Amino acid sequence: MSKARSAVFWIGCAVVIALATAVALSMKAEYYLLAGYVVLQFVILATAWNILGGYCGYVNFGTGAFFGVGAYTAVLLIKSYAAPLPVQILAAAVMGGALGFGTGLLTLRLRGIFFSIATVAVAIILQTVVINWRYLGGATGVQLLRPDPLWPFANYAQMLFVLGAILCVVAVAAARYIGTSWLGRGLRAIRDNEEAAECTGVPTLKLKLIACAVSGALMSVAGAPFAMYQQYLEPAGAFDLNYSVSALAMPIIGGTAHWIGPVLGALLLGTVQQVVTVTVSSELNVMVVGVLLVVFVVAAPEGILGLSTKLWRWFARAKAAR
Amino acid sequence: MSETLLRVDKVCKNFGGFAALTDVSVSVAKGERFGLIGPNGSGKTTLINCVSGAFRNDGGSIVFSGEEISRLPAYQRVRRGIARSFQIPRPFRSMSVLENLVVPLEFVVHRHSLHHADTRAEAMEILKGMGLADKAETPSSRLSQVELRKLELARAMAARPQLLISDEAMAGLSSNEVDEVLDILFRLNEQGITIIMIEHIMQAVMRFSQRVICLDAGRIICEGTPEAIVKNGDVQRAYLGA
Repeated sequence: MSKARSAVFWIGCAVVIALATAVALSMKAEYYLLAGYVVLQFVILATAWNILGGYCGYVNFGTGAFFGVGAYTAVLLIKSYAAPLPVQILAAAVMGGALGFGTGLLTLRLRGIFFSIATVAVAIILQTVVINWRYLGGATGVQLLRPDPLWPFANYAQMLFVLGAILCVVAVAAARYIGTSWLGRGLRAIRDNEEAAECTGVPTLKLKLIACAVSGALMSVAGAPFAMYQQYLEPAGAFDLNYSVSALAMPIIGGTAHWIGPVLGALLLGTVQQVVTVTVSSELNVMVVGVLLVVFVVAAPEGILGLSTKLWRWFARAKAAR
Repeated sequence: MSETLLRVDKVCKNFGGFAALTDVSVSVAKGERFGLIGPNGSGKTTLINCVSGAFRNDGGSIVFSGEEISRLPAYQRVRRGIARSFQIPRPFRSMSVLENLVVPLEFVVHRHSLHHADTRAEAMEILKGMGLADKAETPSSRLSQVELRKLELARAMAARPQLLISDEAMAGLSSNEVDEVLDILFRLNEQGITIIMIEHIMQAVMRFSQRVICLDAGRIICEGTPEAIVKNGDVQRAYLGA
C-alpha cells in the first residue's frame, strides 16, 4: 500500500466527517438526517459483513444477531449505569467481538452453507434470550428518552448523523487495513482454497476468528446507537432478519473484492430503500433488495465494482482502437 | 546413509471401516530424491496428506527433523519445512501468479519481519527460476495446465522448505513438459532440498528417484532402487493384476 494512497484515503475520511458535520448543522429538517443515519448504519453493516463474507467467503446470515447485541448492550448500560454514548459504543464493540469470536470458535469448522445456517441459529437464540429477559423489556420492548445532544448539535438527529459518519469511517478504515494487509491476503487465500491456504502456511482458523471478531464488533457498533435513534427497542426489530439480508445484499451489489464495494452498495440500496419507503410503501422497500440482488447476481455477479472495471476496460479498448 | 529428515513409523489411517494406510513405515534422508508409487487408491496421497497435515493419522508417529509432528496443524508443518504441491492444482484464483507466492512468503518466511522484507521481489526471483517470470502479473485462473503445475511447485518453494512433496506434478503433461518439470525438480534437489515424488509416469519416477517405495492397498509392498522395484514380482502383480 503506497503512502500517497493512504494520505488520499485519510484526507477523504476527514472530508467526509467535515461534510457530514456541515450538512448536519445546516439541515433544518430532522427527517433527512435520520434517513441519512439509517443509510450510514447500513454502510457500517455492509462493510462489516464484507470482512468475513467478502474477503474470506464465509457467508454470515446472522448480522441481525450482532446488530441486536449492540443495541441491547447499549440499552443495558443506559438502564443500569446511564452510561454515555461512547461507552455504549465501546461496550457494544467488545460484546460483538466476543460474540463473533465465540460463534466463530463453535461454527467456523463448518464450511459453506453449514456455517451460514449456524449463524441464523445464533440470531434466533439471542432473540429468544432477550424476549425472556424482563429487565431489558422482554417481548414488549423498552421505551427510552433521548438525552440532550452534545455541543455543537442542536438536536439528537444532527448528532446521530455525524456519529454515523464517524463510525462509517472507522469501519471502512478497518476494512481497508484488513483488505490491503497480509491479513486480507490470507483471508482471500482461504476463500480461494482453504486447504491450499493451510498448506502454504496460513493459520486458517486463527484468521477466520480474527475476521469473525472484527466483523462482529463492527456490526454491534452499528447497533449501539439504534435504540436511541428509535427511542424504543423491541427484540423483533433489533434482531430483524432484514438486517442480515441487507448486509449481505449490499456488498454483493457493490462488489466484495474491495472495501469500496460495500460502501457503494449500501449507499445505493440504502438510499433507494429510504426513497421507496416514503414515496411508495414501506413494504415495497424490502422487495427492492430482493429484485436488485437477483438482477445483480444474474447480470453483474461481481457487483458495481466488476461492472465499472469492465466498462473501464471497454472504454480503454475503444480509445486504443481509434 | 546420511541423516534422517523424515521418519514415518507404523502410520495408520482409517476412513470409517476402510483402512487407507496400515502400519506404513518409511524414512527419508536429508537431500534424498524419493519416489512413491502404487496403483490408484493405494494410499499414496493419503500418506502425504498425513505427512503434510491435511489429515491426522490414526496411529503411529511422524518425526520431522527430530520432532514429532503428527499432532501439529498443517500450517505449523509448513513453517517447520514441509511444503507440498497438489495433485489437482489449487491456485489462489483471485490473485496474480506473483501474489500466489507472496502468501507463503508472508505467512511462513517473513512472518516476523514483514516490514523489512521485499516479498514481491523475492517471489519474482522464484518465478524466474521456474520459468514463470513473464506470467507474474497474470491472474492465476488464466494459466495453462503446465503453468499451473509449475505454479504449484513455485508456491511450495516460496515457503523455503527442507522437504518438498510433489504430488503428481506431471500427470497429463506432454513428454516435453514432463522433462521441463523434472529439470526443475532436479535443480531444487541440487540446492539441497529433499524431494518426495508421487508419480504415475514411470519413466519420470525411475529417472528421478534414488530410492522408491511401492504402496498397494495401504501397505508398503516393496522398497528399493528403481531398477529393483520394476523387477519386483509384487509390484508387477499390483499394477498388472497378473
